[in-house]
Amino acid sequence: MRGPEVPLRLRRRPLVWTSNADAVLYLTIFGLVVVMSIASPGFFSLPTLFNVVRESMVNGVFALGVMIVLIAGGIDVSFMAIGIFAGYSAVLLLPKGSSVGLLLAGYVLAVAIGVGLGLVNAAAVAKLRLPTLIATLGTQTLFRGVLLEYVGRKYIDNLPPSLARLSRANLITVTTGSGAKASMHVLIVPIIAVALLLSWFLRRTLLGRTFYALGGSEESSLRMGLSVLPAKVLVFVIAGGLAGFAGLSQIVLSQQANPFGLVGQELDVLAAAVLGGAAIAGGRGSVRGVIGGVVLIALINSSLVSLGVPSSWFRAVVGLLLLIGVAIQSRKQRTGGSPILVEASL
Amino acid sequence: MRFGGVHALAGASLRLHPGEVHSLAGENGCGKSTLIKVISGIHRPTSGEVLFDGEVIPNLNPRLSIDRGISVIYQDFALLPNMTVAENIALPSLATSRVRLFRVKHAESLAEQALVRLGVSLEPSAVVDSLGIADRQLVAIARSLAQQARVVILDEPTTALTWREVDVLFTALDGLRRQDVSLVFVSHKLQEMMRISDRITIMRNGAVAATGLASEFDRSRVVEATTGRDLLPSPSPTNGCAHRAARPGGLEVQHLGRKETFADISLTVGAGEIVGLTGLLGSGRTEIAEALFGLEPADVGSIVVDGVPVVVRSPEDAMAAGIAYVPEDRLSQGLFLNQSIEKNICSSNLTKYVGPVGALKRGLLRKEVGETVVDLRIKADSLDAPVRVLSGGNAQRVVLSRWLMRNPKVLILNGPTVGVDVGSKFDILAILRSRALDGAAILLISDDLTELVSCCSRVYIVRQGRVAGHVAGTNLTEQQLELETKA
Repeated sequence: MRGPEVPLRLRRRPLVWTSNADAVLYLTIFGLVVVMSIASPGFFSLPTLFNVVRESMVNGVFALGVMIVLIAGGIDVSFMAIGIFAGYSAVLLLPKGSSVGLLLAGYVLAVAIGVGLGLVNAAAVAKLRLPTLIATLGTQTLFRGVLLEYVGRKYIDNLPPSLARLSRANLITVTTGSGAKASMHVLIVPIIAVALLLSWFLRRTLLGRTFYALGGSEESSLRMGLSVLPAKVLVFVIAGGLAGFAGLSQIVLSQQANPFGLVGQELDVLAAAVLGGAAIAGGRGSVRGVIGGVVLIALINSSLVSLGVPSSWFRAVVGLLLLIGVAIQSRKQRTGGSPILVEASL
Repeated sequence: MRFGGVHALAGASLRLHPGEVHSLAGENGCGKSTLIKVISGIHRPTSGEVLFDGEVIPNLNPRLSIDRGISVIYQDFALLPNMTVAENIALPSLATSRVRLFRVKHAESLAEQALVRLGVSLEPSAVVDSLGIADRQLVAIARSLAQQARVVILDEPTTALTWREVDVLFTALDGLRRQDVSLVFVSHKLQEMMRISDRITIMRNGAVAATGLASEFDRSRVVEATTGRDLLPSPSPTNGCAHRAARPGGLEVQHLGRKETFADISLTVGAGEIVGLTGLLGSGRTEIAEALFGLEPADVGSIVVDGVPVVVRSPEDAMAAGIAYVPEDRLSQGLFLNQSIEKNICSSNLTKYVGPVGALKRGLLRKEVGETVVDLRIKADSLDAPVRVLSGGNAQRVVLSRWLMRNPKVLILNGPTVGVDVGSKFDILAILRSRALDGAAILLISDDLTELVSCCSRVYIVRQGRVAGHVAGTNLTEQQLELETKA
């Protein structure tokens, strides 16, 4: 059946907002590498690369979790508390032994605890209908308090053998001219796998698209008949699981479990996610972008170190980058629309 | 159906035939919206039932209603601005078919099919954010089609559309009618109702006041059934207007301009005069009003109020100069939806009620707000009720009363009767007339040519950011305005 006659409307070019922003981000990273390589001889080297990757690994996983919450239109500030709660508890619960099975059990435990705490977040947001910022601010303090009061407040520097073994497992090790060793840690492999899986999930599954829909408009999603409640719960479950994974990885990489650690560094991760294009207003964000944001922040940190800038400046720079990221996003939202005034020649 | 202390629906019945366009009309708060919410399963009726193909659907909920092929397109379209046209159209039907994987190609082909059925061509990969209102509406209708909707309910679909866009919409609706889709068309616009409907149902106080074939209705029958009174304001230019009584003073604007938006805008509104400003959507008429009120200040030009030149860099400046502005989108721009009616009304006038130590004089405030509410006939259970529970016409009166309480010298109104029923429209225009008689200079921005002709002494027409015409005196007819606006 032929449709009724209507004037053909102009086909509009699709917006390539995300890819453009990603391109700018990766160009910035590239530019920074070029500038630093010129400014500081020896910067352009494998050890620098390995260092930046190592710095990016834990924050990268945290940032992916934060990104999911941002995409779904919320914000999470409890992920560090979940991370250290899950990681530290797993360390305490893990029996002695150095088998790979025990190592996996440790990770399963950490992720499961993270998922459980994520469910607490989900309950606070979905059941009590609290704004996500308020809810996760509350649970952050709650998780940290319970951890220190009931789980333990002891600093652990001899990890269970299975985790200690993983701490020293490197994928590649190079020896530089000066004799110093630099290594790429083996954890990079599962982390890349998680990132790829998440990227696929967000782009290619209906639930993944529902996360974006939720961030676009929860009300519209409801009226469109999308499964809003399950999606909301899943958002915090995945974010919690990722935080658990990141928390234990942080303990492994630093070879110590500090129950007072991590909490307080939320801003670095949030800044990375926002710089990577995850929209504070919700509905936008990609794995590719967020990873870029994390790498950029690690690179800036590393650059400041090699330029001999005091590390306290790093905090200021992160704050500045967060402001820049949010400013770019809000500009993008405000602009748009073509000029009304057509010059008099018409 | 009881709702907020009053019976929202009382024994209302509505029968829809396949392949008909059925207009549903009535004053704000007459129960139209509630009836729609019952049909779509959002509200449960306390008595009565919904039958589909002759069969009662028990425990109707939104999901069941969608499954049966009932689809409501609300004024906000319920779209996802951050996602593509294809996703907006395909996601709901994908969700019902319980697929787990999302394939872009599949979504785009579903979307294409729906768009073809609708007879429009839109790029499926375009992000909805980048579309205009008219295209968004088409996306919403296409989404209903993709869900195999057999009943599509459109809530005031033409409110934000230009004439040309209304034509496109009506052609599309006509095509759907031939595909045996039942369409419910909720509208306040008489002309459009008469043009598109096969059948008309008019509601009043939660019950059906009149129903029948469109051919059985004419303007006066619709108005009578809607309001229950015979108050038809005859749309002649001599109708009780305050014009030609213009006194010195008022608003004088010279060569106002803003980069990329408008240029060389000169207009005058005398004290005691109602002057119209019209033009297509996107012609710059709203931007001019926003510049006069300092929301997006002008770059060049002068504004004179009652003979005194004023500099308007912000709404505070404008208010100090005696300029008031009632915005177009009252829900998002004009009201604090979750605050009480009282707080909304007094929010722009607080300084008047500040006592010696800075505390508010609550007694005086309450008294004067109460008087205003009675004056403007705002229907509400209590002054403490949040504004969001009010119907469109009442919400508009709240915005209006806030500014009227300030006794502005210059009152700028942007589409004050958009989405307002016939009775409220009449009341609002009467209020404006009486304010003009009291000496206010009123600039009325409107699409409604009948309203402009019946109310204004002169009308300016803007096109592409410039004053393109000025119609006054015997030239001021609907035909002339339509000609000049569309030119």
